[in-house]
Amino acid sequence: MQIEPSKGINHLRDLYAQFNAIHIDQLERRWIAISLMVIGLFVGIITIDALFHGINPPGKVETIDSASLHLSKEFAEDNLGVQVDEKGAIIIRMVAGRYSFFPKHIDVPAETPLTFRWVSMDVLHGVHIPMTNMSTMIVPGYVAEITTTFPKPGEYPLLCNEYCGLGHNHMWSNISVIAKEDWKAPVKSPAKGEQQ
Amino acid sequence: MNDAATRKLALSHLWVAFAAFIVACLMGEYQVLERSGFIPALDSAPVYFASVSTHGVLMAFVLTTFFIMGFGYTIATTSLKQPVWNQPLAWGGFGLALFGVVLAAIPLLTGKASVLYTFYPPIVAHAAFYIGATLLVVGSWVWCAIMLVMFTQWKKANPGQAVPLAMFATAANAMLWLWTSAGVALEVLFQLIPLSLGWIDTVDPGLARTLFAWTLHPIVYFWLIPAYIAFYVFVPKQAGGFLFSDEMARIAFIVLAVFALPIGFHHLYMDPEQAKGWKLLHGIGTFVVALPTLVTGFTVIASLEIAGRLRGGKGLFGWILTLPWNNTMVLSVILALLMLIFGGFGGIVNASYAMNAMIHNTAWVPGHFHLIFGGTTIIMYFAIAYYLWPMLVRKPLFSNAMALTQLWTWFIGMVILTTPWHILGLLGQPRRISSVVYNNLLTLAWKPYELAMIFGGLILLGSACLFVYNLAKTQMNPSSEAFAQEIEFAQPIHAVTSLPEYLNSLTLWNKVIAVLMAISFGFPILQFFFMKTFGSSAWGY
Repeated sequence: MQIEPSKGINHLRDLYAQFNAIHIDQLERRWIAISLMVIGLFVGIITIDALFHGINPPGKVETIDSASLHLSKEFAEDNLGVQVDEKGAIIIRMVAGRYSFFPKHIDVPAETPLTFRWVSMDVLHGVHIPMTNMSTMIVPGYVAEITTTFPKPGEYPLLCNEYCGLGHNHMWSNISVIAKEDWKAPVKSPAKGEQQ
Repeated sequence: MNDAATRKLALSHLWVAFAAFIVACLMGEYQVLERSGFIPALDSAPVYFASVSTHGVLMAFVLTTFFIMGFGYTIATTSLKQPVWNQPLAWGGFGLALFGVVLAAIPLLTGKASVLYTFYPPIVAHAAFYIGATLLVVGSWVWCAIMLVMFTQWKKANPGQAVPLAMFATAANAMLWLWTSAGVALEVLFQLIPLSLGWIDTVDPGLARTLFAWTLHPIVYFWLIPAYIAFYVFVPKQAGGFLFSDEMARIAFIVLAVFALPIGFHHLYMDPEQAKGWKLLHGIGTFVVALPTLVTGFTVIASLEIAGRLRGGKGLFGWILTLPWNNTMVLSVILALLMLIFGGFGGIVNASYAMNAMIHNTAWVPGHFHLIFGGTTIIMYFAIAYYLWPMLVRKPLFSNAMALTQLWTWFIGMVILTTPWHILGLLGQPRRISSVVYNNLLTLAWKPYELAMIFGGLILLGSACLFVYNLAKTQMNPSSEAFAQEIEFAQPIHAVTSLPEYLNSLTLWNKVIAVLMAISFGFPILQFFFMKTFGSSAWGY
């Protein structure tokens, strides 16, 4: 009773034989082989980087109610901006809303991994710091998390790069990247209602 | 094409397409001027965003859809030598699509639908915009049905024979468009129309973007396939040679149609609502779909080389000089391939997964799609129009010299427009801004490029006017001399002797698409129904 699998294989063999019977020029076969190798090279580099070097775009699927950010603990106004968590990691919580990024200005250290957590309080936004890979869409209902490192100190603009309304041009703020040794962790101001 | 009724049908579609095109070109030039800030009196965000929304809709949805329908009717009737199946239905589709365009144009032009042509929620336009756009798509589905019926009927009447390549590709495009438009149709019918009418209170923008991404990649192949059809079935003959390989052309069209569909997440690389594994999977698929374009490049250049050598060209590159550069089709394909090389290079950057972060939503992106769509695809639409017009109106082309000037100026204008646009993106300029108000030194570097873009746009506008003028003059030519030329399809060097059924039919590929779509979109769509999500209420703009 080994008919079923061999039938399938025979069918594939037929299809392949039919394919081989059609005329494809030798030069064209070679060109296709070269094309496949080039594509394989590109795909290979990207896949190895993604799987072994952790080079990925943002992609942490995490939902949040954008309509009540002010009531959420994490994105309440007092909790925004740069913070150092108990493990020493730098977390930056930012809210995008027409037409700015809040807080309006932050200081971060260069050459240090930074984890940004972006949320929208209204419509679709995007944020990019030119000349860096700090780029993400900020979709209402989701937290956009991205970790990156800025190699060079300097003043960088934060620009909204998705149309969000007639004031879209005006949606931007600033970020100062400070030399690692000059940067000081901000003192966490206690959230309202918390014990001093 | 002796049939006057078919010619009228095709001409009606093509004129709607080119009327939309010339209006959108005017808007494009206004937009580069406004955005540069050189003329303060023009500065107005409401007018700019109404204009850019209309420009996008006219170019990407109206020009393309009507052109593809008109071209499809012409290809089907001439390659199959059959009249249009159910002509009243075809006119019904035309009327429905045109009514949809008018319905959408009213809110667009009055600033009630300044949501851009991607209309991402939760910003919401007037309901008439979504309903109009839907009717345009439904009208195009009528065309798809007619193309597939004619394809099937011909196969039944001619068992065992190879369907003419031009019709095979047209039917593949109709199948592709049915699959493609399903994603955006789900978004518009279940999310945007109910939200804009107030029937529902919230939508999930993450789900909306996922459904839109379903449509967003293959839609560009829907637009591109007519250009590829011209590459394969018109160019070799017009150059004075033969098609290098008929079979490889069919394989290219199949791979194009099948792999265009399951790869839309390269538009969502920077999005938070999809996980990176799915993005990587779609990213790999995106590279696979480069294959049919590489095969097409080979076949077209090989066909041109055969023609060049038949015309006496010698040496490694000598055959390029002996090509008939004064033939509009041949000139167009040369310019189209040049733009395809640079546009394709940019596309590989966009496709490269994490590297996308550097250019995502920067000015690079509109620079890229203006080059590859406005350049490669549209210049072939011009070439097709110049070729078909004399046969459609039964009069010789008004001026071949003017047509050649028009093609060259379109190419030059496109280079001057899109090169600075790409550079602006690398310099960090976001797309979709109506003016530069950032108080930052970075913006000083942007000025010269914005100035160059104004000139590029001006050349393109002049070129577009020449194009429409030439077609109009051809049609209004009072001469009654009979113009008897017919469409000539290129012959392959090797006649197609044995063609497997799966290269002559779409049935198998339809099933393959269904499986690939279930794999690549099944879980990413279902996840929204399994996890706790929070909808967004509708916002104005």
